[in-house]
Amino acid sequence: MSHHECTCPKDFAAEARDIVGACGGGREQAIPVLQEIQKRYGFLPKELMREICKIADFSEAQLYGVATFYSQFRFKPRGKFALKVCVGTACHVAGAGAVVDALCDELKAKVGDTTGDGRFSIETVACLGCCSLAPVMMIGEDTVGYLDPLQIKKTLTKASEKQNA
Amino acid sequence: MHKVIVGLGSCGIAAGARAVYETFKAQIAGGELAEKVKLEITSCVGMCYCEPLVEVVDNDGRRTLYGRIDEKKAARIYEEHVVRGRPAADLVVDPSAAGSDAHAFLSRQKKIVLRNCGVIDPESLDAYIAVGGYEALRKAVAMDRKAVIETVKRSGVRGRGGAGFSTGLKWQFAFDAPGEKKYVVCNADEGDPGAFMDRSTLEGDPHSVLEGMIICAYAVGAQKGYIYCRAEYPLAVHRLKIAIRQASARGFLGKNILGAGFDLALVVKEGAGAFVCGEETALMASIEGHRGMPRKRPPFPAQSGLFGCPTNINNVETYANIPWVITNGADKFAAIGTEKSKGSKVFALAGKIKRGGLVEVPMGITIGEIVEEIGGGSNTGRPLKAVQLGGPSGGCIPASMFDTKVDYDEVTRTGAIMGSGGMLVMDETTCMVDVARFFLQFTQTESCGKCTFCRIGTMRMLEILNRITEGRGAMADLDALESLSSDIIKGSLCGLGQTAPNPVLTTLKYFRDEYVEHIGQKKCRAGVCKALIKYRIKDNCNGCTACVKVCPTNAITGQRKQQHSITQDKCVKCGRCYLKCNFDAIVVE
Ligand SMILES: Cc1cc2nc3c(=O)[nH]c(=O)nc-3n(C[C@H](O)[C@H](O)[C@H](O)COP(=O)(O)O)c2cc1C
Ligand code: SF4
Ligand code: FES
Repeated sequence: MSHHECTCPKDFAAEARDIVGACGGGREQAIPVLQEIQKRYGFLPKELMREICKIADFSEAQLYGVATFYSQFRFKPRGKFALKVCVGTACHVAGAGAVVDALCDELKAKVGDTTGDGRFSIETVACLGCCSLAPVMMIGEDTVGYLDPLQIKKTLTKASEKQNA
Repeated sequence: MHKVIVGLGSCGIAAGARAVYETFKAQIAGGELAEKVKLEITSCVGMCYCEPLVEVVDNDGRRTLYGRIDEKKAARIYEEHVVRGRPAADLVVDPSAAGSDAHAFLSRQKKIVLRNCGVIDPESLDAYIAVGGYEALRKAVAMDRKAVIETVKRSGVRGRGGAGFSTGLKWQFAFDAPGEKKYVVCNADEGDPGAFMDRSTLEGDPHSVLEGMIICAYAVGAQKGYIYCRAEYPLAVHRLKIAIRQASARGFLGKNILGAGFDLALVVKEGAGAFVCGEETALMASIEGHRGMPRKRPPFPAQSGLFGCPTNINNVETYANIPWVITNGADKFAAIGTEKSKGSKVFALAGKIKRGGLVEVPMGITIGEIVEEIGGGSNTGRPLKAVQLGGPSGGCIPASMFDTKVDYDEVTRTGAIMGSGGMLVMDETTCMVDVARFFLQFTQTESCGKCTFCRIGTMRMLEILNRITEGRGAMADLDALESLSSDIIKGSLCGLGQTAPNPVLTTLKYFRDEYVEHIGQKKCRAGVCKALIKYRIKDNCNGCTACVKVCPTNAITGQRKQQHSITQDKCVKCGRCYLKCNFDAIVVE
């Protein structure tokens, strides 16, 4: 879904028309529009937001205001595999902190970063709704439970192989 | 016709149910029984502790439930049970067998909201109709609108989103409010970071939530509705959209519903990750496309809500109760529970518990009964210390008060709140100061920033809690925490700020000694706060060197086959050696 290689459209204006055509350009569509951009690119490319504001009912200030308020939106590209580590209550108590540390050590990256090879990006989220399998993270579209900080490398390899297949 | 049913809720999928489903699919398609076996899906029955679950229904209707199934076991079930007709006894979980885990887990529950979860295929409208779905709607539209509201009022159902306001009264206000255009909204934001009741309900029985909303729309006179669902719940959103499409095609939504002369269109809105958007006025601002900031009430949503129109907003679980109430009558609902808390409550049971999952219990049951009898007690062998109810707005109830009843008022008296249903069980390895710090960090990050006390006050509290957990606290900090708490409660506009101090206040009330130990003795008895603990290798270390390999800082040294030791100033307290050691030779102190 999300790619690190720049997949930005060549023609931002045409892409903007396509997105506004799909979502509508009314004031209340600001969030769905941002979600659609992020669905397509994994983050919010600046130029695209600018083009959209030219044809929709919201200003750049309004769109940025909304985009920065909600934690879902990103201004940096994601890795090929977006890792979303749950740091909700159940996972925290079950040792999510150690999982985050092990991930960062293994990938030599910080939370919020994408690895140099563009394969992985690390984010934290609060509760994936699978608390009884804590600690939990999402690797791309897959949710993986009962994480073990000592097995992080294996977990990553297994999941990325599966999704590549 | 044999039937094989695989539980495909998010939790089941995370535990590997998708692979199990694929195994059955391949086996069935490739075997000679392809025409005779039907593969179906259902959602979560709540027994998360033994996911993935598979049920086999024999030709004669006999049902066998299997738990903790992986691809290998699935292949076995197919060969032994489906092909040869001999159930794989060692894999069976039998809720009807007294004394079994499954029996203990299920027998004390009272399923109203979750009546269809894990029973029917949530992606099939026919399956919902086969168990009486949309009968309540038929019954409701044959009633006078006021009579519907009266029934809901008399049932005593209170909002399950946390505050527990009378649902019937709320509907009455929306009904009474003048205005042609009205809205119904379903709050599916489920912000408590440790709870999954609404997710399971939406994934397992989306039509019951829709039916509740449609009945509400009929009663209050709304023509449009929104379901505001958390972005982290893609499967719930997916199934909701399927359900809306199906209901529209069958005339339960759209124009002139069931010929009763009312219209309703429902739209799913995906949240974008902001806890404060669970607050009703912020949620509506978010639907309108703004930053999700709460506003002053009154006016309440019933008078002036979405786009300035009268709006009824309820929680997922509240709506899911409604069809049951209409079908079975107010009296039957009101017969369950305590004097002021009627019906059942769904809890997401997680943490240091043997049988974690989703449980629906009659109001009035005690917390101890839920934790010990249904949940089977601690899963670590260590005594339980407390449960946390209500997430960031709630508090901790100590084990000594486990006889507290599940009842809005009784729970509130402890300093916690009933909340939306998160119930996190904690044992001696959970540090109460760390839990308080965790929640403050959460509310501080999630504060929308409108009110100074909520924005800065939570920051100050978090700084103090960080200090204490890092061993730099002073006794005066405890008074500062208390006075900041009371200022934040008084000076905040919305529930987020008003309840943010609760986790700190309840832990200070029941676990003050842990705070004092952190400050006075620089000690964390649970072994959680990194700055206050030390890993040490005992003399039963046999020098296997397993720990050496996992230490990220090379802090562990020693000769092979001899006791090792940790160089403390190199140790980053990641605990990996402790997790790795097979001989219990490493201790935290
Ligand atoms: C910070 C905050 C977060 C909230 N989060 C939720 C939530 O996730 N789900 C919910 O149903 N209600 C939540 N509420 C409560 C709602 O404001 C509102 O009371 C509720 O949706 C009403 O529905 P009910 O009467 O059916 O409970 C929250 C309130 C506050 C102050
Ligand atoms: S109390 Fe906090 S979250 Fe609520 S409106 Fe004020 S600043 Fe925002
Ligand atoms: S707290 Fe991690 S999945 Fe709920």
